[in-house]
Amino acid sequence: MEAVAEPGNLAGVRHIILVLSGKGGVGKSTISTELALALRHTGKKVGILDVDLCGPSIPRMLRAQGRAVHQGDSGWVPVFVDREQSISLMSVGFLLEQPDEALVWRGPRKNALIKQFVSDVAWGQLDYLVVDTPPGTSDEHMAVVDALRPYSPLGALVVTTPQAVSVGDVRRELTFCRKVGLRVIGLVENMSGFVCPHCSECTNVFSKGGGEELARHAGVPFLGSVPLDPELTQSLEDGRDFIQDFPDSPAFPALSSIAQKILSETPVGLS
Amino acid sequence: MEEVPHDCPGADSAQAGRGASCQGCPNQRLCASGAGAAADPAIEEIKEKMKSVKHKILVLSGKGGVGKSTFSAHLAHGLAEDENTQVALLDIDICGPSIPKIMGLEGEQVHQSGSGWSPVFLEDNLGVMSVGFLLSSPDDAVIWRGPKKNGMIKQFLRDVDWGGVDYLIVDTPPGTSDEHLSVVQYLAAAHIDGAVIITTPQEVSLQDVRKEISFCHKVKLPIIGVVENMSGFICPKCQKESQIFPPTTGGAEAMCQDLKIPLLGKVPLDPRIGKSCDKGQSFLVEAPDSPATVAYRSIIQRIQEFCSQRLPEGENLVGS
Repeated sequence: MEAVAEPGNLAGVRHIILVLSGKGGVGKSTISTELALALRHTGKKVGILDVDLCGPSIPRMLRAQGRAVHQGDSGWVPVFVDREQSISLMSVGFLLEQPDEALVWRGPRKNALIKQFVSDVAWGQLDYLVVDTPPGTSDEHMAVVDALRPYSPLGALVVTTPQAVSVGDVRRELTFCRKVGLRVIGLVENMSGFVCPHCSECTNVFSKGGGEELARHAGVPFLGSVPLDPELTQSLEDGRDFIQDFPDSPAFPALSSIAQKILSETPVGLS
Repeated sequence: MEEVPHDCPGADSAQAGRGASCQGCPNQRLCASGAGAAADPAIEEIKEKMKSVKHKILVLSGKGGVGKSTFSAHLAHGLAEDENTQVALLDIDICGPSIPKIMGLEGEQVHQSGSGWSPVFLEDNLGVMSVGFLLSSPDDAVIWRGPKKNGMIKQFLRDVDWGGVDYLIVDTPPGTSDEHLSVVQYLAAAHIDGAVIITTPQEVSLQDVRKEISFCHKVKLPIIGVVENMSGFICPKCQKESQIFPPTTGGAEAMCQDLKIPLLGKVPLDPRIGKSCDKGQSFLVEAPDSPATVAYRSIIQRIQEFCSQRLPEGENLVGS
């Protein structure tokens, strides 16, 4: 179970999941958001910590742009994206004065903010904290892994797209996980085929099969392939709940099964 | 070792070492001495090195996965089709170096000579450098913090013997951080022609790209223009168009109009692009009739026109 760290703002968080990829633009923020929505639909309380400081995507995906972060007694109060307060979010996006403002910071300054995000946000009681990361294996990743280590994260979901250029970066990310002692819960292959809405022909826009092969090569569980679905992209653009609105979408089964995997690894025990 | 106070003002700020939050920081004395603000001698050395490089183009995006490396590689291929044009492609994505694979040069090694590091030559007139060539296994991870990445970039700019080059194309990772600041700072004295900014049509990309544009303005980097990639998909079976990444807020066209920046072109999604990149082949050669190739070629021409209006010393022939 959780290491006995100083009771801090993560003391009430039961499970921490990092979403990683060596490659940019494969859908980390998408998977983080959809995982949070899917877990919420099973009645869980979820927090999302967005540590992509240069390109914070999550606020828009949950229609929370422009919201303000307030200081509470135990630290920064995360932004609740829904009235029921079942999903809370912290992102540098909320701290920028202008949405188009660039955070042009070098590593040490980014590390300092990430440490604050981990220790100074009053998450309260959460079933899951999903941590969305930028691409790479650098400052943000080392900072967040170090800061979360005392809280024994459940592990990492690693996202790739099928083609070799992505897989080439993601295998380095798997090495990173091994080196920092972060367990890989599983690998997700995103953007896995596109079904033409006009004629239903499936085209492998970004090649095929690379994710499954990488999972096999690296000895990590393969959690499934999520196809390209413009309705998913549109939902994220509009900040809508895809899981609720599009249960018949071809992307739904794979996204549900990722959530199921997490739930099956974290059965509710007797307290 | 990298314990930095929460409110670190930054090593190059006027408050460096002097702010209240600097108390107790292990770097306080160094910052207060002004050492952080002193010009790095490498900047002059790089300026000398860059005298033999006529045009320097950065390929940027705030967003990952929009096709920066794909574009950089094909810009290099396109320019190098003229065997009298010397082209250099520098990959400063230290954590995710894609260029070796896309250029079909995986497994190649970098050699040292008396005049510095030799780039890997794909053709006589097309040389490539990437951290990927320095790694011994495709599984090796480069787990480096900012300062070490900056050191590598400095070496790439100062120690690689490119020879006489007409176009140096620099492929970057996504973001507005160490790599971007370093390349702009190290090339500051050598004059960068400008940046080509890559995006995809949807707002999730554009919101990051606007930040990149803001970064360019902050560091006074001219913007050659924006390329909208993955702009529509033509089904190979029924030939009808779909928007996989919908331009919900007007796409790059609306953003460019808003920010008064040139839109260099829109490149549609052709599944053969990904395949060519995976095989390390030039898509321009593999699929010469693709609308994507037509778009790429037109964009490359516009970039050449932009560069030819700038003298090597950085003066404009034509006012902007």
